[in-house]
Amino acid sequence: MGEIKLMKGNEVLAEAAIRCGCDGYFGYPITPQSEVMETLMVREPWKETGMVVLQAESEVASINMVYGAAATGKKVMTSSSSPGISLMAEGISYLAGAELPCLLVNVQRGGPGLGTIQPSQADYFQAVKGGGHGDYKLIVLAPSSVQEMNDFVDLGFELAFKYRNPAMILADGAIGQMMEKVELADYKPRWTKEEVAEKNGDWATTGKPASRKKNVITSLEMASNDMEVRNINLQAKYRKMEEEDVRYEAIQCDDAEFILVAFGTAARVCQKAVEVAREKGLKVGLLRPVTLFPFPKKIIKELARKTAGFLSVEMSAGQMVEDIKLAVYDAGSNARVDHFGRMGGIIPTPTEVVEALEDKFSWELSYGVKRSY
Amino acid sequence: MELKEVTKTEGTMDIQDILKPENLVYQKTKLLTDTPMHYCPGCSHGVVHKILAELIDEMGIQERSVGVAPVGCAVFAYNYIDIDWQEAAHGRAPAVATGIARVNPDAFVFTYQGDGDLASIGAAEIMHACNRGENILVVFINNGIYGMTGGQMAPTTLEGMVTATTPYGRNTDLNGYPMRITNLIAQLPGTSYVTRQAVHTAGGVRKCKRALKKAIQNVLDKKGTSFVEVVSTCNSGWKLSPVAANKWMEENMIPYYPLGDMKDSVKGEHSEN
Ligand SMILES: Cc1ncc(C[n+]2csc(CCOP(=O)(O)OP(=O)(O)O)c2C)c(N)n1
Ligand code: SF4
Ligand SMILES: [Mg+2]
Repeated sequence: MGEIKLMKGNEVLAEAAIRCGCDGYFGYPITPQSEVMETLMVREPWKETGMVVLQAESEVASINMVYGAAATGKKVMTSSSSPGISLMAEGISYLAGAELPCLLVNVQRGGPGLGTIQPSQADYFQAVKGGGHGDYKLIVLAPSSVQEMNDFVDLGFELAFKYRNPAMILADGAIGQMMEKVELADYKPRWTKEEVAEKNGDWATTGKPASRKKNVITSLEMASNDMEVRNINLQAKYRKMEEEDVRYEAIQCDDAEFILVAFGTAARVCQKAVEVAREKGLKVGLLRPVTLFPFPKKIIKELARKTAGFLSVEMSAGQMVEDIKLAVYDAGSNARVDHFGRMGGIIPTPTEVVEALEDKFSWELSYGVKRSY
Repeated sequence: MELKEVTKTEGTMDIQDILKPENLVYQKTKLLTDTPMHYCPGCSHGVVHKILAELIDEMGIQERSVGVAPVGCAVFAYNYIDIDWQEAAHGRAPAVATGIARVNPDAFVFTYQGDGDLASIGAAEIMHACNRGENILVVFINNGIYGMTGGQMAPTTLEGMVTATTPYGRNTDLNGYPMRITNLIAQLPGTSYVTRQAVHTAGGVRKCKRALKKAIQNVLDKKGTSFVEVVSTCNSGWKLSPVAANKWMEENMIPYYPLGDMKDSVKGEHSEN
């Protein structure tokens, strides 16, 4: 058993980074995630593990620092919140285009614009569909507990290096700010120079020895044919992620007539909502996507063949609901998909969720569930 | 074909002697690749590439070197010098170089940037990298114009100078003033060596090489940021022949951007000027 502590989600991100052998963190302060860098600065990991921590002049700079350091084959990360991630969009596209592994964290707050510092999930599209320019995907992990904030740091790096692709932890202000019991990971040493060369030497800009060709990190191709080949290879990589690395949690879905779909903080609310609904005699389950990309399409397709409806519960105007609809459509099912959300930094209550379910699926609830899915 | 016997007079060489490696007086440095350069004839970029390649070779630091290429005409610098390279987003090279240098303190990291890249879109990144005193070399190619995108105005474009976006000449009421960003950089305590050079004459090339050598040595000695501006020609953008571009630069650019060292100290010291 690892060390057990009571910690804030943001503090845990910092602690997990140090413990997993991260080589560098570059960031710029923004609420509700400033504790990540603050915790690192108090911990001074450069004295302990050699991990570098640097406050950049902007998010534009921090994401490009991540680019430079990641391109040398090292484990590096940044964290920010919504407006900061928007500023990073160009850099994230370059990271994806140049196929650089790194860890990004978005502790979301309400938008658009300067918005609010309260929690939100309205950056789903930005994280999952792009945000920057071009056809690219991030690996997106959605923690719904402080424990997962801890676990996904190491997992994020593992997946990032498996695919040579940026991975993002898409959290929200609630998960970042709340304190929970967490079992910390054991310390892993940072990779040595030799380990970096062995693992990433065929692409990383570690300095060119006589024994190999120069390594060049770029996303540029002048010939359209070459650029299309790059794109085809990227798409193949994304399909492989969909085959091998989908993660989700299905709670009481086996006999469920209605499925709530929710991630992060909304999933915690929905877990309670399932209990409330079941007490009322409604057969409700919860599907919690853990990877938002790759999205758990297969399980949704399977569930679509035996349930009457899906309610996507999000702290947004309804973004993930589109991906659920696509999966249900792919399944050829006529299960209905609807959305319930709160915006502007408001977290819905479990009763609100159950009421929304009863309201949006009142036809099915009054006339019985059609068995022709 | 049989070569005719040539009778040698004392102290002269025949062609075979001349070709002997020990008699070589000049050759392309092996760090310059054989890829044909895409630069226009007369462009300063190629000359500065050559100097850098020679120095990296002569100073024996190929294995430690990581270059950061800009977005601008030098975007393909990575095709020409045989070291590891990263291609940065437009203006972001100093941040990229910071990332490299911070997690690889033994590396020799340099950025190579145009005036649009460095003084316009990347003004924040260059100021802060220099202010932090990152152990990097910045090579700044000031040709007073956006070469790559077809000759638009740069922050460094001279007053009255005609470009694609200042077709009637740069008007300071509309566009502000030509920016001497290197003078600002020299004020930052993070920098150690700040100089302005030009490579339009053989003497200039030699001086520029000496300056770059010193700048590289400063980085290796971890003295802070070294910054070498090279006032450069863009004969395509300026719409001048290579010879006329050199002359125009001499008569117009250099009076506004005078050559010479602006600062020679170590990180932490304020500039005198
Ligand atoms: C974000 C972004 N904006 C604009 C461009 C277009 N662009 C490419 S190069 C360039 C200017 C380059 O000029 P300079 O840095 O002076 O380099 P030069 O070609 O003169 O050497 C511009 C505006 C871009 N690639 N990316
Ligand atoms: S456009 Fe100007 S800067 Fe670009 S290669 Fe030609 S001369 Fe050089
Ligand atoms: Mg230019």
